[in-house]
Amino acid sequence: MALDQSDVEKIAHLARLALPPAACTRYAQDLSNILALVAQMDAVDTAGVAPMAHPLHQTQRLRPDVPTEPDQRARFQAIAPQTDGGLYLVPKVIE
Amino acid sequence: MQWETVIGLEIHTQLATQSKIFSGAPTRFGAEPNTQACAIDLGLPGVLPVLNAEAVRLAVRFGKAIAAEVAERSVFARKNYFYPDLPKGYQISQYEFPIVGEGRVEIVLDDGTVKEIGVTRAHLEEDAGKSLHEDFHGLTGIDLNRAGTPLLEIVSEPDMRSPQEAVAYARKVHQIVRWIGISDGNMQEGSFRVDANVSVRPLGTVTFGTRAEIKNINSFRFLERAIQFEVERQIDLLEAGGRVVQETRLYDPDRDETRTMRTKEEANDYRYFPDPDLLPVEVDAALIAAATADLPELPDAMRERFREDYGIGEYDANLLTASRDLAGYFETVAQTSAEPKLAANWISGELAAALNKAGLEITASPVTASQLAGMIQRITDGTISGKIAKQVFESMWNGGGDADTVIETQGLRQITDSGAIESLIDTIIAANPGQVEQYRAGKDKVFGFFVGQVMKQSQGKANPQQVNDLLKQKLAGG
Repeated sequence: MALDQSDVEKIAHLARLALPPAACTRYAQDLSNILALVAQMDAVDTAGVAPMAHPLHQTQRLRPDVPTEPDQRARFQAIAPQTDGGLYLVPKVIE
Repeated sequence: MQWETVIGLEIHTQLATQSKIFSGAPTRFGAEPNTQACAIDLGLPGVLPVLNAEAVRLAVRFGKAIAAEVAERSVFARKNYFYPDLPKGYQISQYEFPIVGEGRVEIVLDDGTVKEIGVTRAHLEEDAGKSLHEDFHGLTGIDLNRAGTPLLEIVSEPDMRSPQEAVAYARKVHQIVRWIGISDGNMQEGSFRVDANVSVRPLGTVTFGTRAEIKNINSFRFLERAIQFEVERQIDLLEAGGRVVQETRLYDPDRDETRTMRTKEEANDYRYFPDPDLLPVEVDAALIAAATADLPELPDAMRERFREDYGIGEYDANLLTASRDLAGYFETVAQTSAEPKLAANWISGELAAALNKAGLEITASPVTASQLAGMIQRITDGTISGKIAKQVFESMWNGGGDADTVIETQGLRQITDSGAIESLIDTIIAANPGQVEQYRAGKDKVFGFFVGQVMKQSQGKANPQQVNDLLKQKLAGG
């Protein structure tokens, strides 16, 4: 599977990355190479093989439903660019 | 042309946990902004989500309550999009492998018929934060207290054919989640939010029309109106030769219309992939047994039992099983009074109207189940008439004590002594010779006048049946 320049532009847009046009051509090539490398695994017949989520067959550990996190708003907001009345402020996102 | 409406709903219901789905921050409603948003909810570097056991348990309960397959293995996935109230840049949800598979619920339509609505799936996910656009000039305020709150998203099949059916289904899901105790279902607080997928097609065709999705509807009334508006909009568009565009729309209750939110061209490509921070969730038989051991009798089963045991209709049985509290109230009244039909009538009539007017839930009813049962017993044993009972009910509602107290203190005991009624009738006949003449000349309507006079003179206490019989005799016999 090969990616062309427009695929890269779309992915970059979705990830909110600004790429110069020249870089798009290069990334298209690099990403296609990576996909080609991975595509070699298509040669293996995996029908009937369950996908492995963890090498030691671990499953998701569950946590008891108990509030354990104290309020640390002041600490978290100390590194925020702008706050007001406990809210984080960001540039307006709707017109 | 005749059009058919096709509706599917996606319902987000907040699960009733103490802490968030992937963090130990509390979920209490109404806290000061950002005081319940911890490092995990903020998506700070280096944090890892750990799944809340209770969220899994509640999802399993729901699955069993709608006769669905609960997946032995389900997988969390990242849904990627950018918005300031989603600090990580992705929402942890489930995509290919949801925890609850296909199920079904029954709705009762206005005419009493039962319709089955398919549930495609239900999956666990985290809620986003809240954006406040109004209060800051050129800025948006972000409150992340809600970020990470556990949600169960319940997706239906496109099985509904009218706004009324959609409302009945949404109400049914609302009933179930509260019934089995997995959510408080509080719509004002956003614990139960509905997205509606709406399309129309010429009646008789098989393929679906292009659909529009109406987002975030938070009341049953708005749901009905939003769909109604959207259906009319689509039909007008198609009949004028236009095309429906697949898009997301918002319902504006003030203008009673839906408006474009985003079209498909701008629609997000979420690039779902399995979340590497979370392993697959395994639900074994022991977990299912523990989660469902204390499941109460479900509303559909109870509705059928009410019909069989108490001989009440589908419609009434459905109303009376709207909540477990209401159903419990009805059962107490029905059993104590031994008059289930009267109990059903009084609860879905007088009591429901009074509760509605006062904005009270059944649990806060000023008239207790045993008081209502006591009053019904006084109707059946002839102490009071059905009409006087309304007066007794009102007094009980206003704190006048039980029915017997009200009847005694206000002297409402029905007059069944035929001698007393006869003498009343004699007086009235003597005082109204003109009307007597009219009646005897064949003007039957005048009979009502005499009944009215007797009831008035007896202050409504004369037994209506006796009044009728005795009046007929006296007026005929002369």
